[in-house]
Amino acid sequence: MAYSEKVIDHYQHPKNVGTLDKSKNNVGTGLVGAPECGDVMRLQIEVDEATGVIRDAKFKTFGCGSAIASSSLATEWLKGKSVEDAVKIDNMTIVEELNLPPVKIHCSVLAEDAIKAAINDYRKKNGLEELQFEESAIH
Amino acid sequence: MLKLPIYLDHNATTPCDPRVVEAMVPYFTNAFGNAASRNHPFGWQAEEAVDIAREQVAKLIGADPKEIIFTSGATEGDNLAIKGVYEMYASKGNHIITCNIEHKAVLDTCRHLEKEGAEITYLNVKPNGLIDLAQLEAAIKPSTILIAIMYANNEIGTVMPIPEISAIARTHGVLVFTDGVQAVGKIPVDVKNDGIDLMAFTAHKMYGPKGVGALYVRRKNPRVKVTAQIDGGGHERGMRSGTLNVPGIVGFGKACEICMQEMEADAKRIGLLRDKLENALLKIEESYLNGDKESRLPHVSNISFKYVEGEGLMMGFNKNIALSSGSACTSASLEPSYVLKALGLGDDLAHSSLRFGLGRFTTEEQIDYTIEQVTNTVNKLREMSPLWEMFKEGIDINTIEWAHH
Repeated sequence: MAYSEKVIDHYQHPKNVGTLDKSKNNVGTGLVGAPECGDVMRLQIEVDEATGVIRDAKFKTFGCGSAIASSSLATEWLKGKSVEDAVKIDNMTIVEELNLPPVKIHCSVLAEDAIKAAINDYRKKNGLEELQFEESAIH
Repeated sequence: MLKLPIYLDHNATTPCDPRVVEAMVPYFTNAFGNAASRNHPFGWQAEEAVDIAREQVAKLIGADPKEIIFTSGATEGDNLAIKGVYEMYASKGNHIITCNIEHKAVLDTCRHLEKEGAEITYLNVKPNGLIDLAQLEAAIKPSTILIAIMYANNEIGTVMPIPEISAIARTHGVLVFTDGVQAVGKIPVDVKNDGIDLMAFTAHKMYGPKGVGALYVRRKNPRVKVTAQIDGGGHERGMRSGTLNVPGIVGFGKACEICMQEMEADAKRIGLLRDKLENALLKIEESYLNGDKESRLPHVSNISFKYVEGEGLMMGFNKNIALSSGSACTSASLEPSYVLKALGLGDDLAHSSLRFGLGRFTTEEQIDYTIEQVTNTVNKLREMSPLWEMFKEGIDINTIEWAHH
């Protein structure tokens, strides 16, 4: 199976690899997936508390090229977005942007889950109610 | 100059040796006869070529030419041997013993027979990938008709103790079938010394063409019979009907002849390259060899690089180096290799494995390049791996509650 150009580009030049200080109140961390499934994503957001805008985003991913690309792309999209808008990122837009084949859709689902988990972690830390999400259809 | 891409997937298939192709060519055009045409020179010529090839194939495994049944490949040979014995010896019993790291062609054939009333014992292998002989003997019962254990494993290259297995089988009057695909032509296999009753193998794993293989069926002590699975003109002593693939068989024979002459030197040279590759890659922190180090094919190495995922790893160099991963990230099931899991490896280590399969045309330059590329990619991906970071921080990833999909 050949990878799309965009997946290859993210794989070769991943954006925003790294770690944010998870002890900080304005940093939300989402860790999703499982080593046994061959995919683990950790996605972090740092929120500007005055504006509610995501100032920085970082990821680390254990997984195939599509999983790495999905999380790299997610961090790019998160930066500069308000937390409210970030919640709306849908896995299918990741699929479209990266031209993921059906067998790799779960990588985009994982990225969406990681975003939501990071946002909820941030909300929890700041005394906000955690958002309830419907289970994604494709896992 | 290093020519890319490099092929290190010789357990999947091998290139045809140019000498093999050369031997085959006339049998596509001038000497195109049907080996079963007994009444004219075209048929005679084809038959003679098949006879010579049958001798070459038989000689490589220490068999009599009459004991060689040509097939379309090892999957067919596996099916014919197991189903054929099951049907032929139905009056004696219905129990077959195999193991859980066999090739799918054996496992799925056994599953098929289970639906038809067979009782199958799937022995677990030890963590080194070899079967426990005491366990094997304990599994034998009066209804046991066949032991089906592979000669060498396709993923980890471990070589099973076939002579010991057949010695046990012999004392209980049980037949021994072995899938010899990975071993024949790579290491000495002698059906007489090894006490094998049936063995499937194929040309394309030993520098011959695809689409042709053989099933060895013992004719003496005991005389073994199998029920044909393909009916028709009664070719191959009635055990496998169908017009013989003459060019393929000629190529198979030539490939066997070359292996006979060059196997020893090849194994020595390739073994040294394999060891160089393996020693270098095992120097990488948290990398582990899968399968027994000693009882093993000389050209295979299967290594897990903990905290990086195999498919992601391959993506770092798969434009330039062809190899296989135990990760099955692209398959619908997302299940990693059942062979590695059978060794007791956690799914995470199974996902992190690469299989290196060297071959007759592998060079030291290619191995040096591979060492460099794999090492660099492992390091690069670990910098990106949350699991590596946790490991470095001393966090045991087994204590984390993962959300399973």
